Order: sequence, then structure tokens, then C-alpha cells
Amino acid sequence: MAVPVGNALFGDNYLSHAKGWKSWLFTLDHKRIGVMYLVSILASFLLGGVFALLIRMELWTPQRTIMDANTYNQMFTLHGAAMIFLFIIPGIPAALGNFVLPLMLGAKDVAFPRLNLLSYYLWVAGAVLALVSIVTGAVDTGWTFYTPYSTTTNTSVISMTLGAFILGFSSIFTGLNFIVSIHKLRPPTMTWFKMPLFLWGLYGTAIIQILATPVLGITLLLLIAERALGVGIFDPALGGDPVLFQHFFWFYSHPAVYIMILPAMGVISELVSTFSHRHIFGYRFIAMSSIAIAVISFLVWGHHMFVSGQSNLASLIFSILTFLVAIPSAVKVFNWVATMYKGEVELATPMLYALSFLFLFGIGGLTGLFLGALATDVHLTDTYFVVAHFHYTMFGGTAIAFFGGLFYWWPKITGRMYREAWAKLGAFLIFIGFNTTFLAQFIMGAQGMPRRYYNYLPEFAPYHKVSTIGAFILAIGFVIAAGVLLHSLFAGEPAPANPWGAATLEWQTTSPPPHDNFETQPIPGDPYDVDRWVFDREAGGYVLAPSGAAGGRV
Amino acid sequence: MQPVAEFEEVKVHGAESHVAHHFPDAKAQVEAGKLGMWIFLATEILLFGGLFCAYAVYRANHPEIFVYAHHFLNKILGGINTVVLIFSSFTMAWAVRAAQLSQQKKLVRLLAATIFCGFVFLGIKYVEYEHKWKEGLLWGKRYKPAHAEVSKPKDVPPPKPLISVNPEERSTLPPPAVPPQGLSWEVRAASQETVVPQNVQLFFSVYFVMTGLHGLHVVAGMVVLFWILLRARRGEFSSAYFTPVDLAGLYWHLVDLIWIYLFPLLYLIH
Ligand code: HEM
Ligand SMILES: [Cu+2]
Repeated sequence: MAVPVGNALFGDNYLSHAKGWKSWLFTLDHKRIGVMYLVSILASFLLGGVFALLIRMELWTPQRTIMDANTYNQMFTLHGAAMIFLFIIPGIPAALGNFVLPLMLGAKDVAFPRLNLLSYYLWVAGAVLALVSIVTGAVDTGWTFYTPYSTTTNTSVISMTLGAFILGFSSIFTGLNFIVSIHKLRPPTMTWFKMPLFLWGLYGTAIIQILATPVLGITLLLLIAERALGVGIFDPALGGDPVLFQHFFWFYSHPAVYIMILPAMGVISELVSTFSHRHIFGYRFIAMSSIAIAVISFLVWGHHMFVSGQSNLASLIFSILTFLVAIPSAVKVFNWVATMYKGEVELATPMLYALSFLFLFGIGGLTGLFLGALATDVHLTDTYFVVAHFHYTMFGGTAIAFFGGLFYWWPKITGRMYREAWAKLGAFLIFIGFNTTFLAQFIMGAQGMPRRYYNYLPEFAPYHKVSTIGAFILAIGFVIAAGVLLHSLFAGEPAPANPWGAATLEWQTTSPPPHDNFETQPIPGDPYDVDRWVFDREAGGYVLAPSGAAGGRV
Repeated sequence: MQPVAEFEEVKVHGAESHVAHHFPDAKAQVEAGKLGMWIFLATEILLFGGLFCAYAVYRANHPEIFVYAHHFLNKILGGINTVVLIFSSFTMAWAVRAAQLSQQKKLVRLLAATIFCGFVFLGIKYVEYEHKWKEGLLWGKRYKPAHAEVSKPKDVPPPKPLISVNPEERSTLPPPAVPPQGLSWEVRAASQETVVPQNVQLFFSVYFVMTGLHGLHVVAGMVVLFWILLRARRGEFSSAYFTPVDLAGLYWHLVDLIWIYLFPLLYLIH
């Protein structure tokens, strides 16, 4: 079988297929939509990151440092809302998933290309509304919008929540598209258990997106109706119940943390297998644990409300169920470690991110257990311990996997290779900066530093200073990573079709792929049969070993 | 929210036929459209699910409010509206059949009949809303009952808890000093014996939010059906290609179905 080995930068590819801004804005090509998402999502990450640095600068001293208390409240709200709704929820599925999913299926596009474009524009509309709220008085409720505060504060809650509502629909349509694509565009020879694990991750994610997001939608609608019309369903003064808001909110937002982490786990499965040059260990366990996580994630939301006036019985049950989540999560981690064991681990940049993920997500997950246990949570809830926990899972987990995936698929997306040495330096600084920032927060949280506070006791000052220094190391790491990627666009070596030796289908077309994805229809086999690929010096990448010959790296 | 799935059917990537180039064949495309629509309907059910859940919580905690307040809804008008929507589901189903049999004229007429039923429904809903408006029987903050007799309806049965761990226990409002109890099932304070329960506005909040959101869905459904009707007049549908009619029909049935739950839950409480 002829597998393209080369680079299509200078021939016909999806980037050169049509020219002009209209060919981008009205494109139905999943690859271009993925790229547009990628650019927009990275811009949101930058915005959220600037807010984060401002927060950390304010916390340099126990008193006022650079801003007043109200501005501070707006800062952490905007930081949280931008990072969660604009960056991390759409991040992996909408940007990387959009680009990779049809390629991995050997298909030409997602099932509904127009819906795909619509969901991108819904994302834009939601982002614009969020920006409008910043201009018209910002929001100071925290990204959780708890009532009754969110119905009484005089900041622009309505435009922010309306933005989140619209972003929710964007997310639903992406999920819908992915489920239908996986069901209906999978080639007949690719059975469910021959699917790359990234697709299992996206599939589990899509299920949650579809079943949980509408509940957030109705919650936000009720909140808007409450502010605009005074319906009072969450207002105790009118007989309503503010705790009901929390139930609704977390019924979405706990599963939402798995909307964030499941695709990340999918990315990690790909990275670990590819860079260990070894067949993934425990394929079925990893695949099924994605589904198990998706299911259990719907049953644990009450662990955010242990101190909100929920009955003791309910708390007990939620606590038990929370512990169950740890099982499928650990199943995955053990299988990744087992894949690396006796593999030929190659420390390329994406693999450095994958290793960071294993370490950071491990800490994030294990500290979740302290929060899931009733007795310890009463002490730790609403402290910096929680802040550190969810940053280890969301940032150390999802965001790190996102960047790992970005460096992994970058040659496929752009047709360019980046400078490994600098990219590794960036990954390393991010890892160091991350731990400096958030380990300190575990300690001060356990000692009682409350979250979302503007001033604090002087005893906590050293921890806050360490944390702020860490944040700047992180920022430097990201600047380097961004510089590496931008530099590659202009000066990078042309990328081969398969630079890493992966066996999934997206590597069996040129880099970047042609408009229709494949010149010749690829034949799906075992997606982790990496031994069939050998390094070819002439092509600069991996090529299929001549049949019969034993594979392996040269 | 409008169903978007069926927009996908034609001319994606400039292909001439109804089959977009990324589908292996027409069958795969039809199946994909249907699956997409069903998933979309699932999200709609969950959207309303939140409201049904709020309804269940408040009704279980405060049955007296619901029993008292539902007397102000007009069962006759609600009943007529139920019949109207069921009938419109019937004309819709028939329209799909007509499309499958390439009965062009019949299809257009049946779609028009369905849309007409939508207008009747909205008209009757308007009459009901207007009446509530005049009486001041509105949601939350806007609840200001106008007439004395309104605040004391004739035959109010004694309040009866709907769900209760302990059958003896009777649901009442928590006394003012007690914080909101959320979903807790802990025993509440002893009962109070007023004919007009407190917080009646809660019922009207639930009523307006549920029927209002449903009304918006009716409007969205009518817009979609109108668009289908225009396409049908242009002769786009035949036994060879009728998926959009089919999918719009599914959406319309869902909108009807939600009303079929709303009617007894809001109007027919015992
Ligand atoms: C083994 C897995 C996990 C367990 C056992 C766990 C447990 C918990 C618990 C019990 C809380 C509530 C703490 C409190 O408010 O007192 C919490 C908070 C949180 N978790 Fe996790 N978690 C896990 C994984 C994740 C993942 C994967 C993410 C995201 C990708 C995540 C994101 C969050 C967030 C955002 C919060 C804070 C919400 C807030 O109050 O603002 N968690 N976690
Ligand atoms: Cu949670």
C-alpha cells in the first residue's frame, strides 16, 4: 500500500486549497474550523492568563498591592470564567478534536459540517458577550454565579451568563457532531475496539456534553429570568431555594470537569503509546474506563455542597460515589505506566507534557480524595487547598495535555517541525513553574487560607510570594512555548507525514493533509501497531515497513 | 433553539445531489440526520428536565401552594390547547406520510394545518396569560393578586403532602429563623393552619417559566415548519428525499409531548 511519506506544504493542501479571508470564515472544512478554534481558544488562554498574573500580583502583599478589592473580585471571576468556559471546555474537543477526529476515522469530514461552523460562531458570540460584560461593569460573583449574590450584585451578570449559555450550545453541537460522526462515519473495518483511544475519550466527552450542558442552560436561563424579571425560583425572599441553584449548577459543572479531563486522557493515551514506541497496554480497560467515568460523573455533584445545607444522608452517598471515580481514573494511569514499562521511551516534547500530566494529575486526583471525604472536606472546603486541587487536575491535567497534544499534532496541522530543544525548555519551565505556584497553595490552604480573599493574614505571605514567583516562571515557560510554535511557522523544517512513528490514520496522509484529507483511502488496522513503522532517514520520518520485514526503529 | 440537524442535508461542499461527499451513501446520510435529531431532542428533554426537577422539589416541599394556586388556571382552555396540540401532531405525522408518498399538495396543506394549530395554541395561551396579567397572578416579584376573592378561592381542600418520609408529617414553610432547607428531608416544624398558603407566587413562577419556555419552543417549531412548507412548495420533497420533513416532525412531536406533561402537572392537581 502506498502511504504518503512527505510534506504537502508546497503542493495542494487544506491551507492552500482556497485563498482569501472568506474561504476561512465560511469554510465547512473541519480542519480549518479546528484551526480557527485553536487560534480563538489560545487567545482566550492568553486573556485568562493575564488575569491570573494580575491576581497573583495583587496577592504579593497581604494588603492592597495593585488594585482595589472590587477589581480583585472581578479579576478572579473573569479569570475563572474565561479559563473554564472559553478555554478548557472547548479546548481539546473543539480545537484538536475537530482537526483530528475525521482524520483518525479516515473520513472526509465530520457528519454535519455546517453545524460545526455554526458551533464555532456560537463560541464567538458567547465570547463576545463575555467581553461585553467586562466592558459594561464586569462580574464579581465567581465563575460559579451562586445565588442569591448573583441576583443582587449590580455587575453585568446577565451578559456573562447569556454568554455562558450560548457557549453551552456551542459545546452541545460539537458533542452531537462527534457522536454522529463516530457512529456513522467509522469505516466498516474499524470496530469499536479498533478505534484510537482519543476517539473513545471524545465519545465519552460528547455524551456528557449532551446530557449535562442543557441543565446548565436552564439554570442560567432561570438566573437571567430571576435578575431581569424577578421570578424568584432561587430567591428565598420569594419562597425560592438558593441551594437548588447549587444542585443545578453542579449537576452540570461536576460532569463538566470530565468534559475537560476525558479528552485530555485520550490525548495522553496517544502520546504515551507513540513515544514509548509500544502498543498501548490494556486498550479495553482504558476505553471502558472513559465510559465508566462519564457515567459516574453524573452521580457525584453533591460533593461540592457538603457545607451548603444538603442533608447528611445525601452527603454520605455523594462522598461514597466520589471515591468510585478514582477507580477508572487509576485504571488509566496504571495502564499508561504499564505501556511505558519496557517501552523505548523517547523524551520528545509531547512526551514531556504527557509525563507532566501523569505527575500533576496524580497529585490532583489524590488530593481530590481528601475533598471527597466528609470529615476532611469540612476543614478544606473553600480554602486554597481546593484551589490547588482543581488547578492540578484542570491545569496540570487538561491544559498540559492540551499543550502536549498541540505539540504532537502541530506538524500535521501546519506542516512544520519546531525546534525541539527550545520546546523542551518551555515544557520544563512550565512544569517547574506550575509546581511552584500550586504546591504552595496546598500548604497554605491546609493551614486555613480561604479562597477568593483579597487580604490575608501576614503568616500566609511567604506562601503567596512563592506562588506569585511560580506564576511568573509559568508565564515565561508559556512565552517560550509560544515563541517556538510561532518561529516554526516561518522557519520550521517541512514536516514528514509521520514524524513520530504513530500508527493512527491521521499520520498516513501528508502534512498538512489535502482538502479531502486522504489522497488514497487508508485502511484502518490496529491503531497502536507501532511496530510496523520504521524510521526512514531519507523521508525524515516514519514509513511503513515493507511487509514481511520485522519492524522497529533504526 | 431550533433543530439544526436537518440543515445539513443538502449541497455540503458544493455537491449536486442530496448526498454530501463525506457520506458513503444516501442511507448513511439519512441515518446520520436522524441520529443527530434524536440526540438534539435528548438535550431538549434535559433542558426541560431542570424545570421538571424544580417543579418536583417545590411541589414535594410545598404541596399546599400547588393545590391552592392551580385553581386559578383555566382547565377548559388548557384542555382545549391539549387537544389542539395532539391534533397538530396528527396532521404533522400525516404530512410526513404525504411527503413519503410524494403527495406534494397534500404535504403543503397538512403543514399549513399544523402551523395553524400552532397559532391557535398561542392564541389561547395569550388569552390565559392576559387574564393572569389582569388579575395580578404573575411570577415572583410581580405577584399582586387583584381581587379579594382571588386570594380566597371557594373549595380549597386541606393541604396534603405529596411525598413524605413520615406520613404524619405535614409540609409547611420553614419558620423564618430557619435557613432554607434545600432538598433535605429532615422533619419540619409543626404545621400552620391558614387557608391561603404563603408564597403562592412560587407556583406562578414555575407556571410562567415552564409554559413560557414551552411557548418559545412552539414558536421555534412553527418557524421551522414554515421553512419546510416553503421548501415543500418549491417541490423539494418526494419519496426519494423527505428527511427534513421527517426531522422537523420529530421536533414538533417533542414540543407536543412536553405540553402533554405540563398540562396535568400544572392544571390538574389533586
Ligand atoms: C479522582 C478525581 C477527583 C476527585 C475525587 C475530586 C473531588 C473533588 C471534590 C470533593 C471537590 C469539592 C471540594 C470542595 O468544594 O470542598 C472538588 C472540587 C473541584 N474539582 Fe475535583 N475531583 C476530581 C477530579 C477533578 C478533575 C479531573 C477536575 C477537572 C478537570 C476537577 C475540578 C474541580 C474543580 C473545578 C473544583 C472546584 C469547584 C469549586 O468549588 O469552584 N476535579 N473535587
Ligand atoms: Cu465535582
